[in-house]
Amino acid sequence: MVINGIQIDDTFAEAFNMRGTRVIITAQNLKWAYHAANAMTGFATSVIGCGVEAAIERELSADETPDGRAGVSILMFAMGSKVLMQQLETRTGQCILTCPTAAAFAGIASEDRINLGKNLRYFGDGYQTSKLLANKRYWRIPVMDGEFLCEETTGMVRAIGGGNFLILATSQAAALAAAETAIDAMKKVPNVIMPFPGGVVRSGSKVGSRYKTMLASTNDAFCPTLKGVTNSALSPEIESVMEIVIDGIAFDDIAKAMQVGIQAICELGTASGVKRISAGNYGGKLGPHHFKLHGILAACPT
Amino acid sequence: MNALTFTLQKSLRFSINCSTLTPSHLANKSISEISGLLINYGKNQLRVDEIFNISGNVGLNIHFKNTSTRLDYLGANMASGCITIEGDAGAYLGFGLKAGIIRCQGNTLAFAACNMLNGLIIIDGNTGDFLGGASAGLRKGMAGGTVVVKGNAGDRAGDQMRRGLILIEGNVGDYCASRMVAGTIGVLGKIGDYACFNMRRGTLLITKLPKLHVTMQNCGTHSLPFLNLMFKSFEQYNTQFSSIKARRVQRFVGDAACNGNGEILLISDT
Repeated sequence: MVINGIQIDDTFAEAFNMRGTRVIITAQNLKWAYHAANAMTGFATSVIGCGVEAAIERELSADETPDGRAGVSILMFAMGSKVLMQQLETRTGQCILTCPTAAAFAGIASEDRINLGKNLRYFGDGYQTSKLLANKRYWRIPVMDGEFLCEETTGMVRAIGGGNFLILATSQAAALAAAETAIDAMKKVPNVIMPFPGGVVRSGSKVGSRYKTMLASTNDAFCPTLKGVTNSALSPEIESVMEIVIDGIAFDDIAKAMQVGIQAICELGTASGVKRISAGNYGGKLGPHHFKLHGILAACPT
Repeated sequence: MNALTFTLQKSLRFSINCSTLTPSHLANKSISEISGLLINYGKNQLRVDEIFNISGNVGLNIHFKNTSTRLDYLGANMASGCITIEGDAGAYLGFGLKAGIIRCQGNTLAFAACNMLNGLIIIDGNTGDFLGGASAGLRKGMAGGTVVVKGNAGDRAGDQMRRGLILIEGNVGDYCASRMVAGTIGVLGKIGDYACFNMRRGTLLITKLPKLHVTMQNCGTHSLPFLNLMFKSFEQYNTQFSSIKARRVQRFVGDAACNGNGEILLISDT
């Protein structure tokens, strides 16, 4: 498949099952909501080393939040419910409880509930109070700037992590510029996050390593400086590859984000330096969810 | 389909227990079966059709007309449906209400919403003592649901209240929120003496500061984010509480006499 001169590989992105949650963070203004959200989603690029993958999903206006203040929603994903719960409580306690004027609320409905403020309330040392409003329990914890308001639990849902595509370009600058264009478009898609810095990964990995202690190592087939010494997937004109990884609530959400991102790159045309779009997979052995690039883009205008 | 309607035939000398006349209790009964139900009246028993004229169809809605304060336990233990009382009600209106809506368009006697568990009670007139309280012998009062009183309430409103919401647009008597365990009471009018006496937890939201006993301690005036949530939750009830715009409150905590952590929030215009 070729769209606007850019080749789309006949391959698929391989994704796996995760558990996900959404938290709404509000504050006196967006500046402080972002401070809290950025702290909460910091060091959360990959479950390989961070435990969770998390990022800001979108901004929320005052009429979209429970307490009528401006805020942001964040999505957080982990490989299992236990890790997700532990990371959520730790990060809420260290990043939202501590942030001036910030409050935290459940952002997703589900019968499966995980603790948000349920245990953080004990920080109140007996002075904490609860309120049950519209069948939701909130905790008010006295802190030095007033009160920290936090919903007791949030919902946890089945989710998918590891959707991805690769941008192959003639220069590093071209690959990054195309990736930025894709991220700008993908941020408008709900229910997904791109958890890596700026949404872009330069260090795509393969499973395993020649070193026994390493679970993952550099994806040498897509490293341009190794074209001559490895079984490279790159043609001579490719000098740089960027990856965009997508986690989402449902298969269709990730597929939509991939479609929007790739389409945005293809609209740039070959003058942008982008030559190919590919995807990372492990031969279908890692995850049950396969995002076939040709299938996803079939509905796109060429 | 017309609502099942009970119209009181004559003024009553004795109070009667109307707890059997709820939608959940009358479901699947014919009009003749309902007419034959027995209700204690003094030392005698009367058939329902000797006390009320019965009309309409059996369903989820029940109306009481030409009522008086001799009708106790209206809507008691109701688990579904809607009761409208076109007049006054006696004591124990909505006693142990589990679900559904009760609207009293007149006044009620004491113990309205007593031991209520869930649902909604709207009283357009005044109500007596122990609104949302515990009945004799029980140590926990109202445990859930919402009560809206458009008029005034008597003494001990919310006594031993465990959970839920009481919104009173008028005045309340003495010992409001006494021995309160949790929940929220809002009062727009004046409050009598000894408010929050032996209060453990919970919130009393007021607009006029009553004379407080010394064990309710002033914690200053604050802007609390949770007030937005709380006032938003009031909007569904169509009360004057929805028109409150202020988001600053003076906070009093107590009752220190029982090591309580309850609060009075005095809505502040400053």
